[in-house]
Amino acid sequence: MSVSQTPLLSVENLAFERDDSGLFSAVSWHVVAGDILQIEGANGSGKTTLLRLLTGSLQPSAGTIAYLGQSISACRYNYLTDMLYIGHQPAVKLNLTAEENLRWMVATAAKSNELSLNDALIQVGLAGYTDIPCYALSAGQHRRVALARLLISDARLWYLDEPFAAIDKQGVQFLQSCFQQHVERGGAVVLSTHQDLALSNVRKYNLSACAEQVV
Amino acid sequence: MARKMNSGFVAWLRRDLLLAYRRRGEVASPVLFFMMVSTLIPLGLTPEAARLGEVAAGMIWVMALLATLLSVDGMFASDYQDGSLEQMLITPQLLPLPLLGKITAHWLTTGLPLTLVSPLLGLMMSLPSAGYLPLLCSLALGTACLSLVGAVGAALTVSLRKGGLLLSLLVMPLYMPVIIFGTATVSYAVDGLNWLPPLALLGALLAASVALCPLAAAGALRVTASN
Repeated sequence: MSVSQTPLLSVENLAFERDDSGLFSAVSWHVVAGDILQIEGANGSGKTTLLRLLTGSLQPSAGTIAYLGQSISACRYNYLTDMLYIGHQPAVKLNLTAEENLRWMVATAAKSNELSLNDALIQVGLAGYTDIPCYALSAGQHRRVALARLLISDARLWYLDEPFAAIDKQGVQFLQSCFQQHVERGGAVVLSTHQDLALSNVRKYNLSACAEQVV
Repeated sequence: MARKMNSGFVAWLRRDLLLAYRRRGEVASPVLFFMMVSTLIPLGLTPEAARLGEVAAGMIWVMALLATLLSVDGMFASDYQDGSLEQMLITPQLLPLPLLGKITAHWLTTGLPLTLVSPLLGLMMSLPSAGYLPLLCSLALGTACLSLVGAVGAALTVSLRKGGLLLSLLVMPLYMPVIIFGTATVSYAVDGLNWLPPLALLGALLAASVALCPLAAAGALRVTASN
């Protein structure tokens, strides 16, 4: 990392408390363009909470999250426009087809590229399933529908909560190649997973270590 | 460029209408409830046209309110469960606009059908003929208010496992002005009075609800998400 580069995202001394007991504290790291940060930690150590803090839907009890050097609440629109979050639940509507699901997901997002919905669905391996209602698809296929957003989005920051859950081996490989392409284009990925990634440029951050400092 | 400036209103409106179309049976249930109860009232009360005509306006309004209350409960429930609500909260758009899209879709799929079948019910309940137009107008404005106010209650109770009863308690007091002015519109017309003033008050309530309820619902959803 060159010193002159402003980090895309920097997290300083972040702490989160729930019901008066600390979940984690003193979480500090930064992400520059081209980084893949893997959040590790035991079950219940707060990986999902940390990712939700990053999206701004939860407020930290202490510490700051800064996007390009500015607090995320100060540049909320720019930040949210440049961010894509795929949570534990894929936000797939069972009554809609894969294509309809993807269409509204893209329509509500701010930045998207020219890739057509159909091409994106074919790339994530849903060719031939695009016009069946999603209740007829498997859990892994639901996740693939949600992950097709990665291909269409122009956001630089990707936050992925357990992206490999229910995804098969080829899917995991495909996703990793997506991450690689994304960071080569100047993006960054923050993800939580228990799986070891086959990519070389992955940094790891262990959240369990932060939990021990909490009294 | 036009797409990049979107407010999220149209996207959520279209999505919810499409979802409602896919679950036609479920969405039709408030209207069916509305119609079923109306057929029972003459049986339970009296088939006598004169006495029935006196209570018709009030009965139709009470049933429309209950039918809306039934459907408002589920406004955010499935979105909360499958993670769509979380996605809505982190869109860069101003949250009240996507919410207004959802509320509009709710009104188009419950309030509007209720309004459109109401003349039929008026006929079954022997509503005097002067009351039909006021009934249609007051229900059209009133059910929109009910959807808007109900959305605030639904947003507050979405994270509770059994929020149904609490939701009713929360929104019932806010529904009262709507039903008072709604029935007043119809009964003024039946009595041969000028029915525009109560309708205008209903319109004022709607204007206030459109301005305030999406904001309140957005605030409520933010609180819900942070728990």
